[in-house]
Amino acid sequence: MSLVKKYPKEVKQILSKYPPEQKRSAVMPLLYLAQREEGYVNKAAMQDIAKIVDITETDVAAIVGFYTLYHDEKAGKYRMQVCTDLPCALRGAEQFMESLCGNLGIKVGETTPDGEVTLEAVTCLAACDKAPMFQIQGPDGIKYHENMTVDKTLELVHTLKNAIGGRK
Amino acid sequence: MSKQVTLTIDGKQATVPDGTYVADAAKMVGIDIPVFCHHPKLEPVGMCRMCLVEIGRPMRDRATGQFVMENGAPKIQFMPKLETACTNKVEDGMVVMTQSNKAVEGQRGTVEFLLTSHPLDCPVCDKGGECPLQNLTMEHGPGKSRFIYDEKLHLDKMVPLGELIYLDRERCIQCARCIRFQSDIAGDSVIGFDERGRSTQIISLSDPGFDSVFSGNTSDICPVGALTTADFRFGARPWELDAQASICTQCPVGCNTTLNTRREAKSGGDVVVKRVMPRQNEEVNEIWLCDKGRFAYHYAESKKRLTKPQIRKDGKLARASWDAATKLAADNFLKAKKDFVILASGRLSNEDLFNLKTLSDHSEGKAYLYSNMAGGELTSLVGVGAGTNFGKMGAGTAIVVVASDLYEEAPIWYLRVKQAAQRGATLIVLNPRETKLDKYASFVVRYAYGDEAKAVNDLGKKSKISDAFLKAENAVVLYGSEGLGVSGSASVASACAKLLHDNERVGKPNNGLIGVWERANDQGAWEIGFNSEEDLAKVLKGKSVYIVGADPVADDPKLAKALEGAEFVAVQDVMETATTEIADVVLPAQAFTEREGTLTSGERRVQRFYPAVPVTGDAKADFSITSQIARHMGVILEGTSISAVFDILSDSVKSFEGLNYAVLAEVKPQWPIVGRGDMYYGGTTYENTQGMGVHLSAAAGRGEKVSISRVEKEAAPRPKENELLAVPVTKLYDRGTTVMPAELLHERIGEATIALHPDAAQNLGVEAGQTVNVSFNGVSAEAVVKLDDTISVGVALLPRSMGIAIREPVAVKVKA
Amino acid sequence: MAHILLRHRDIPDINTLNVYKKNGGLAAFKNAVTKMQPNEVTDVVKNSGLRGRGGAGFPTGMKWSFIDNKSWPHYVVANADESEPGTFKDREIMEGNPFQFLEGLAIASYAVGANASYIYLRGEFWELAAFLDEKIAEMEADGYLGEKLFGTDYSLKIYTHLGAGAYICGEETALLESLEGKRGQPRVRPPFPPSVGLYGKPTIINNVETFTNVPPIMTNGADWYKSMGTADSAGVKIFSLSGRVRKPGNYELPFGTTFRELIYTYGGGVQDSRSVKAIMPAGASSSLILVDDEKILDTKMDYATVRTIGGDLGSASVIVIDDTVSIDWIVNKTIHFFRHESCGKCTTCREGTYWMSHLTERIHDGHGSTADVDLLLNVAKQMQGKCLCALGEFSTMAVVTGIERFRKDFDKAVKA
Repeated sequence: MSLVKKYPKEVKQILSKYPPEQKRSAVMPLLYLAQREEGYVNKAAMQDIAKIVDITETDVAAIVGFYTLYHDEKAGKYRMQVCTDLPCALRGAEQFMESLCGNLGIKVGETTPDGEVTLEAVTCLAACDKAPMFQIQGPDGIKYHENMTVDKTLELVHTLKNAIGGRK
Repeated sequence: MSKQVTLTIDGKQATVPDGTYVADAAKMVGIDIPVFCHHPKLEPVGMCRMCLVEIGRPMRDRATGQFVMENGAPKIQFMPKLETACTNKVEDGMVVMTQSNKAVEGQRGTVEFLLTSHPLDCPVCDKGGECPLQNLTMEHGPGKSRFIYDEKLHLDKMVPLGELIYLDRERCIQCARCIRFQSDIAGDSVIGFDERGRSTQIISLSDPGFDSVFSGNTSDICPVGALTTADFRFGARPWELDAQASICTQCPVGCNTTLNTRREAKSGGDVVVKRVMPRQNEEVNEIWLCDKGRFAYHYAESKKRLTKPQIRKDGKLARASWDAATKLAADNFLKAKKDFVILASGRLSNEDLFNLKTLSDHSEGKAYLYSNMAGGELTSLVGVGAGTNFGKMGAGTAIVVVASDLYEEAPIWYLRVKQAAQRGATLIVLNPRETKLDKYASFVVRYAYGDEAKAVNDLGKKSKISDAFLKAENAVVLYGSEGLGVSGSASVASACAKLLHDNERVGKPNNGLIGVWERANDQGAWEIGFNSEEDLAKVLKGKSVYIVGADPVADDPKLAKALEGAEFVAVQDVMETATTEIADVVLPAQAFTEREGTLTSGERRVQRFYPAVPVTGDAKADFSITSQIARHMGVILEGTSISAVFDILSDSVKSFEGLNYAVLAEVKPQWPIVGRGDMYYGGTTYENTQGMGVHLSAAAGRGEKVSISRVEKEAAPRPKENELLAVPVTKLYDRGTTVMPAELLHERIGEATIALHPDAAQNLGVEAGQTVNVSFNGVSAEAVVKLDDTISVGVALLPRSMGIAIREPVAVKVKA
Repeated sequence: MAHILLRHRDIPDINTLNVYKKNGGLAAFKNAVTKMQPNEVTDVVKNSGLRGRGGAGFPTGMKWSFIDNKSWPHYVVANADESEPGTFKDREIMEGNPFQFLEGLAIASYAVGANASYIYLRGEFWELAAFLDEKIAEMEADGYLGEKLFGTDYSLKIYTHLGAGAYICGEETALLESLEGKRGQPRVRPPFPPSVGLYGKPTIINNVETFTNVPPIMTNGADWYKSMGTADSAGVKIFSLSGRVRKPGNYELPFGTTFRELIYTYGGGVQDSRSVKAIMPAGASSSLILVDDEKILDTKMDYATVRTIGGDLGSASVIVIDDTVSIDWIVNKTIHFFRHESCGKCTTCREGTYWMSHLTERIHDGHGSTADVDLLLNVAKQMQGKCLCALGEFSTMAVVTGIERFRKDFDKAVKA
């Protein structure tokens, strides 16, 4: 189903933010919308968006490729993005990440066998005073988790998985 | 004249127009500042950092605004950092140093950075020998790499962006020239960058890949070997190639080209054309070429080329001597008297057509132009006037495009009209369905197929659109053949000519009428006195026919039938065709690559082309064959020297007055400077050294009295209840005899299609992609359904030259 | 002293419209719109000495006065793309004291005649954007945003716009490209945004913290503001303190506060009571300041003084590095950051950060040689002054100052 048909209200609301002759500005919020369900932007969605804002599909793909929060491939339902950048690393983020990998049994960039959580290392998330920290990019957007420990994180992972189980 | 600015570059004084960028100003005075991303046809972006120079500006006193003086001259303040010459505009008193230690060091650094990720595979690279990166590395780069070779990034080396253009990801230096050309100049934003940083890569997601008819140009302006054409890839080394000036024969634009040739073992030791390159003519095609012009040259080397004259004996064609073949033709033409008919196409040169027309004038025969369009006598009357140049049009000029999909019919005109509109010209598009040009138009008028002339006449009546049209000082009208046959075309042409004439927009530069003809030299034929004919079958039936450069048997079953009943048929062509198969005499003609001649473009510019490869077999130039036939008929025509034919032509046809081959070969300085040793600047487009051509005069421009009368067209056919009105439209890539031998284009040519409104398709119970049967007037053919919601429900679009013989609007039955 | 910017630390629930208004909020905006000419507003800001808080420190009022009044419409854009490693102040402002930021943005919009303004938030601030949308809606409902405000002819709409993970979009022209729905790559300047900005129209772009300073300046006057801070750097600044300190966090302090006060008085000193080895005062874009002398810590933090010890204050994101850390690791970390964030537009940065990352990695992994260290320094210097925007230039800072000031660490790394 096309984006406009699936989310008529949201598309309209997004377009209303920008001058009518500058529809192209809506491409980024529309990509978030397209990514909502599957966690990545598929080709059909790119075509859709191209049509809505009157640019080419290639133009849309070029934007997806530039920004790290858009994905053109399926991964885990939840992307756990741990900041391992300099300030966090000075506060133990790398050890945190290592321990997390060990406990989840996956390497950075990999997804848990049940396909739920993909572990990623990312650059600064503007929470340097609350390291170790990560964000979770999932169907409901992006959520920060700060001052984390490995135990707290594993608990969270457990909750996320159960939540999914419940929904199923 | 615009304000001039004087600055000093490397101690040399330069006076250039205000607004010029330093990199271009340097070029104007013969100083080379190396560039990769900068291109004189593109807006500057300052990305590649190759053109780093030191720039000093006269210091001003902040309080008074006056120059601060030092030793009697303004004190020059240099910036602490190097600046990019491509993004800084010239200023009075500016001092630029391109060769200072600091600048040289900066340029060297940029080359070194570029080379860290470059594969250095020049020995196997198609660009080697004409590569800006290679050349600028030799000139400005370090001799040794400090980047560890084994740590180089390895990427895909053969990525088809489409079937026409291949990308080598390792060689790409991310200058974005190709992307910017496609989005800013071509208006087809179908390639772009994926990822970012060092991972930045070119991609195309369009379907088909790199879906633009201008894609080949990106390989010309690519400063490395990243973009190559599928046609030339691994075809030859640039230094092995000879170059000869030519003119593209695929459409009426008349793009100036250079044919690159080579003698090679692969082709049996023959000299063959390896590629077609654009040749600069800022008044015609600038430095661009469409993909049809670039890739559809292969017919000249087709296996089906005719090499010997043939005469039908016992029902079969058999080799004959030139004398016997031409004598047989001449005898039959003489015998036919008034029933001698010449049918010639606009694929022929001015000289060929002139000899043919003279032959018909001096015998009792008639000569027809093989064309579905009319109105060429009007373009000859009202112009466009000499001096017309789309490249100079902008605010103050109205451009009207009627019944034409310029992108498909004449791509370079599309590009030039689009750019004129972007510079401020008032563009008015009148067409029954959406075309790519609509996006750039000030006004778009939709009319029903059949109401073309009325739509044009309405421009003469008071309205917002006519106000805008009349407010512009100059006006050019381009009319095409969208949905039209000869009768409809005559009607719309007369309406356009009358509109222009009534409002005195004729005969002057940037004023007048342009026919978007089907063939390269249709305009020349009209100037020489040819006419098109609506009912060709009628005029061919039972006659002795001399067909030159046309294939009516393949094009139209009606004409095939008419020719079956002809008394005698002589066919003169470069290739075997369906028409040569039914001929009594076949006369092999030279391809345009093998001979010289002139063509008259739709803008009424006469341009020369030159022989680039040796003649195939015993083929002769068309004008010469005609002369030989004429001699047997007792008519003396020049048959040896083509320039002499042209001289006679210019003495006989008023609009050609004063022209000769020497004048046509003249060139004048052009901007930007391209194609010399410095490919890094303008790309690999060739410099024009063999002639830019000359405009014909128009009757209105010569002060002759011109009167235009409206031509009414025949009523359009009325489809019955179970029928649709099918109209012919033009596709760039069609199954024309000069296109099909280019196998590379077959995917783009595709199948015969029929475009229907979605509701019409629903009524018929058919879907997009489904094959249907289309029948009319005894023609029955298959076509694949395409949906187009910009046409009306009762209409179907049938592309010409795709295997379905449609010459004019007809009522058709469509069956699943 | 009560906070001027981080007022939520003093006043509970100031992130609700009622509480904000009760504490004098939005009066400055209403006063400006109903009683002042736009240029008078700009003059007050100009006189206050307020400088941009995004890092460059450009005088704010002067920037506003550059708006091109021959071209319309005008736009104001809030740069909330806070992405510099070590910077986390704008997020706290927007979460804790959102109305003061929005009011500052509104006042700026009035001052330059913008009827539509955008807040460009980094994509990760997803929840924050939704939160701000609510606050904007409340202001609209209460008549502080929308058509014909306070019975005047002035109208203003504020919109949020989320980025999607690109540090470069903090660069103002890259931000504009991104806001226009393109790849966030910097434009060639000039022209500068006050003449050619968003959609090609005159645009003022300021940092979140900069806008947040505006309401108190309008309320209390330029002289009041100038009375804080130093001659060169007026007013207060939020210092984001991170790294090896006991109490990392945001500290709102007057310019001129010393590093020592920040690190020891407010930050609780260095973890494990180690000593400070180096300071990066402006996040990953900083020079590495060598703290080989205790006196360095007594340097006042203002734009001019930090320069005297070989650094720049920038966004005042103070990363503290103690003596357990080897600088070659720091440099490897920053270079990988810049390589990841390089937009790829200009050769120098695209290829330079890529090349440097190979070298820093090799050195840090112990596979490097002295020649590699020299080459790294040379490559960094070869980049300097030749990049299209500041990102590429900043990528070299830690490399050059790291090698020049902490050469021993590198020598040790290549020997090991």
